[in-house]
This record gives sequence, structure tokens and C-alpha cells, in this order.
Amino acid sequence: MSIKGKAYIMGAYEHPTRDAPNKTTAQLHVESAAGALADAGLTFDDVDGYFCAGDAPGFGGLSMVDYMGLRNVRHLDSTETGGSSYVLHVGHAAEAIAAGKCNVALITLAGRPRNSGGRPGPSRGGGAPGLSDGAPELGFEAVYGGSTHNIYGMCATRHMHEFGTTSEQLAWIKVAASHHAQWNEHAFLRDVVTVEDVLNSRMIADPLHLLDCCVITDGGGALVVTSPEVARSLKRTKVRLLGAGEAPKLQLGGRSLDLTYSGAVWSGPPAFEDAGVTPGDIKYASIYDSFTITVLMTLEDLGFCAKGEGGRFVADGNLISGIGKLPFNTDGGGLCNNHPTNRGGITKVIEAVRQARGEAHPKVQVPNCDLVLAHGTGGSLGVRHGSATVILEREA
Amino acid sequence: MSELLTRELTAPAVNLENKPFFDAAAEGRFLIKRCQACGEAHWYPRTICPNCHSDRTVWEESRGEGVVYTYSIMRRASAPYAIGYVTLAEGPSMLTNFVGMAPEELKIGLRVKVILQPTEGLPVPVFGPAQ
Repeated sequence: MSIKGKAYIMGAYEHPTRDAPNKTTAQLHVESAAGALADAGLTFDDVDGYFCAGDAPGFGGLSMVDYMGLRNVRHLDSTETGGSSYVLHVGHAAEAIAAGKCNVALITLAGRPRNSGGRPGPSRGGGAPGLSDGAPELGFEAVYGGSTHNIYGMCATRHMHEFGTTSEQLAWIKVAASHHAQWNEHAFLRDVVTVEDVLNSRMIADPLHLLDCCVITDGGGALVVTSPEVARSLKRTKVRLLGAGEAPKLQLGGRSLDLTYSGAVWSGPPAFEDAGVTPGDIKYASIYDSFTITVLMTLEDLGFCAKGEGGRFVADGNLISGIGKLPFNTDGGGLCNNHPTNRGGITKVIEAVRQARGEAHPKVQVPNCDLVLAHGTGGSLGVRHGSATVILEREA
Repeated sequence: MSELLTRELTAPAVNLENKPFFDAAAEGRFLIKRCQACGEAHWYPRTICPNCHSDRTVWEESRGEGVVYTYSIMRRASAPYAIGYVTLAEGPSMLTNFVGMAPEELKIGLRVKVILQPTEGLPVPVFGPAQ
């Protein structure tokens, strides 16, 4: 597929300021966005793809999308290559549009080096003594001592309140992961645990116990994605990408906060639609498991069970390979095996590939496992996060 | 009953956009932003409305009353502390800490009121039980 003729630049705006002592970098981003959208005759609500680089304050574009109230964004790209980033983004935007992943891509740049000490690169000084110019939400979040444990704990508290989900049900997710990890010689934790073990482990951040939390590990991983032509020339079992979806989940001014669902409600449907399959067709799922609650909410949001039914779905070994209906994280997942540098997405794809190739450990290999799913949840489930889903198929 | 929750706060990151909020907090006033174009209040405060994208946002004094949306008590700390969201009477929900109540008193739906707690910088809004 060529991008030739598949995309147009319809809005362009250069911010008139050359010295901005009284505005934040985030403000310059949103004012620039408003200018380009007005130039195109479009609105913020028309934007479904957002592209930014290292000058954007905050975390991988999530802070800016939230700050600007870009509620319809379903494609995010924060590729950073310095000053060339925005040229590169034009190409990436055209690829995303050609692939049907977005229709209106917004690319923004802003910064205030004259007001932050004149250093080249992204500006972070506040423009006056004692002032910051970091992520716009910083002053209203960082002070409260949010860690992953208690932010995810807040999601679990609310899920329990609304749906009657129990700590016992959450514990089954760890139990399933531990059953798988016992066969993985590299797993950080190989002991099989029981529901009681999870409930008796010390409370970290209510209602999450120590054994509801993933491991902290050093490590790494890598993937190679090729064209069909290269794949055909290689001897390896071919694992074909059938579908992909992504989406941020934001607060958007806090007017309709709902911590009982994740961005998987948006990343899942396009992946299933691309693939032409339904959750019931999936034979194995790698589900990001930073905490047990992450798995439970994601399974609901991807449609493996109805919203609120996750607790019943995961109980009684339903996620254990050879026992349950949906084998998950057969490497032991982040809960037992590995969560390299606190970023578990790549190991999710790696185990999904092993399953699709039939190369998982024989004790956990799903028979005839030709259709698999991998899902990532990055950032912070209860504040703002980015969700991503891929569906893979073994090619005969 | 266990000890009442407290929270030791560091100075907030103040920027040009939110400085009026923290300056008002130093005078004992709790401000939120409301958009004159769409009428909606939002949190955290921005110059451009995250709902309708108008720049006609104005500061408004709030009574700082709301209910607990959710919470978690961090036990893995030298002094356990409570983090959570409050849904303000004006509509928006905000991240905060809960103080002045025992951990077992903290419940979803509990009515709470803002406390502007001093730090070594400007004060930070936390919430305690509504009297």
C-alpha cells in the first residue's frame, strides 16, 4: 500500500509569538492546534489522530490529548526524532489515514526556550522563579502520592463497589498466572499460589495485596515485523497480524470520571473488526497484568465477558491453560514471570507469538492455537492511560 | 478506632496557567474553572475548556463540597495515606488525599469538604469529613 494520494494537509498555523513569558508550553500547543483546526475549518472534536514529539509536556502524548480535550482520538504517535519529528509525523499520519486508523490527524509543536533559561530542546522552566512548565496536570496530581499500586487500587475499589467484585475473584488471576509460571524456567516467581496465599499476603494499597501486584524485573525483549514477501522467504512459522487497535483513556476535565473501564473498550473493536473475528474465536490471550484488576477490567472491556462479570469469569481457574475456557499469560505474565523495566507490553506479544507458533511450554501450550490476542495497558489505569490490542493468526 | 489519616505534602508544581488557583488557596479560597461558552465546570483548571474548547474560561469560588468517588489506602509507606477522587458538587471529579478520618471511615459516597493544607510552597487541596 502506497500513501500516494491518500492524505492531504488541510490546516497549517504558525503561532505568532516569539517570546511567551506569560503562557505555558501546553497553552502554546493548544493555541497552535486551535489555529490549525480553524484554518482547516475543523474542530477539536473532529480530531481522531494526535501526533507530538518530545517537546510536548507529559507522558507520550496522553497529557496533551487530555489537556486539549481531544475526546475522539483513537490513534496516538509520539515518535521523537528531534526537530525532524513533525515532518516524519506527516508521513506517519498519512500511513495511519491510508490504513483507516484515523481521518483527521493533528500534529503540534510548542516550547518556550527564551523563558526557561534559553537551553535548546524541550523547555521545562516555568518562566519565573519557582514556576514549573511540565505536564499541565502536574500541580494537581503529583503531590498526592499516586503510585501505580494505589492508583490501580482505586479502580479496584470502585469496581468492587459497582459490581460486587471480590478480592477472592481477583486472586484467581494471580493463581492462574502462577500455575503457568511453574513451568517457565526463567520466571521470577515459580511457586504455585492459592487464593488464600493471595488474600493472606500483606496489603499494599487497598484492596490490592502484595500478590495482586506484578513483579519488578530487569530485562528486555524485541520483535521483528516483516512484509509478507520477507515472511515467505524465511523458514520460521508465520504469525500474521490480523488486526490492531489503540486508544487513550482520559479524564477530559473530570466531568464523567468512570474508573470501571479502560481504553480497551475502544482499542478492542477495531482490532476485532480488522481481523474479522470475535472474542469467542480467540484461543489464547496475553492480557497486560500490572495488577490483577488490570486483567479483570481488560477482559470485560475486550468483550470476553459482560461488564461487571469479570470476577465470575476469572474465578475457578477459567484462565488456566488446560482447565479454563480462556488460557491467559501462559509464560506466567507480569504477575509471576517478567515485567521488564515496568513495561510489560512486549512480553505480552512474545508469549502470544510462542502460543501461535505452538512453541509455548508443552504444559501450557494451547492445542491448535491458531488465533491469539495480545493487549497492553500503559500509563496509569486510574488517571490516564493508553490501550493497545493486536490479534495474530498462525498462517498454515 | 485507628489513627486519623494525615498526609505530608510537598510543594505543588505551580505554572503560569494554574498560579491563580494556588495564590487563591494561599488566601483560603478554593477555585475551580467554569466555561462561559458551554457552562460546564472542569478540573484540573485550564485556560481552554476541555469540553467545548472555548477560551472563555473563568475562575469561580467553590465551597469545595463533594462525595468520595473512590479511594485506596497506601500501606506501603512510613505513614499510610489515602488517595482518591472526589466528585465536586459542581460536577467534576478530582484526584486528592483524604485526611482527618480513620481509614475505616473512608467509604465511597462519603460527604467530604476541602481543606487547603499548607506545604513548604503554596497550599494544596485535600479533603476531610463534611461537618
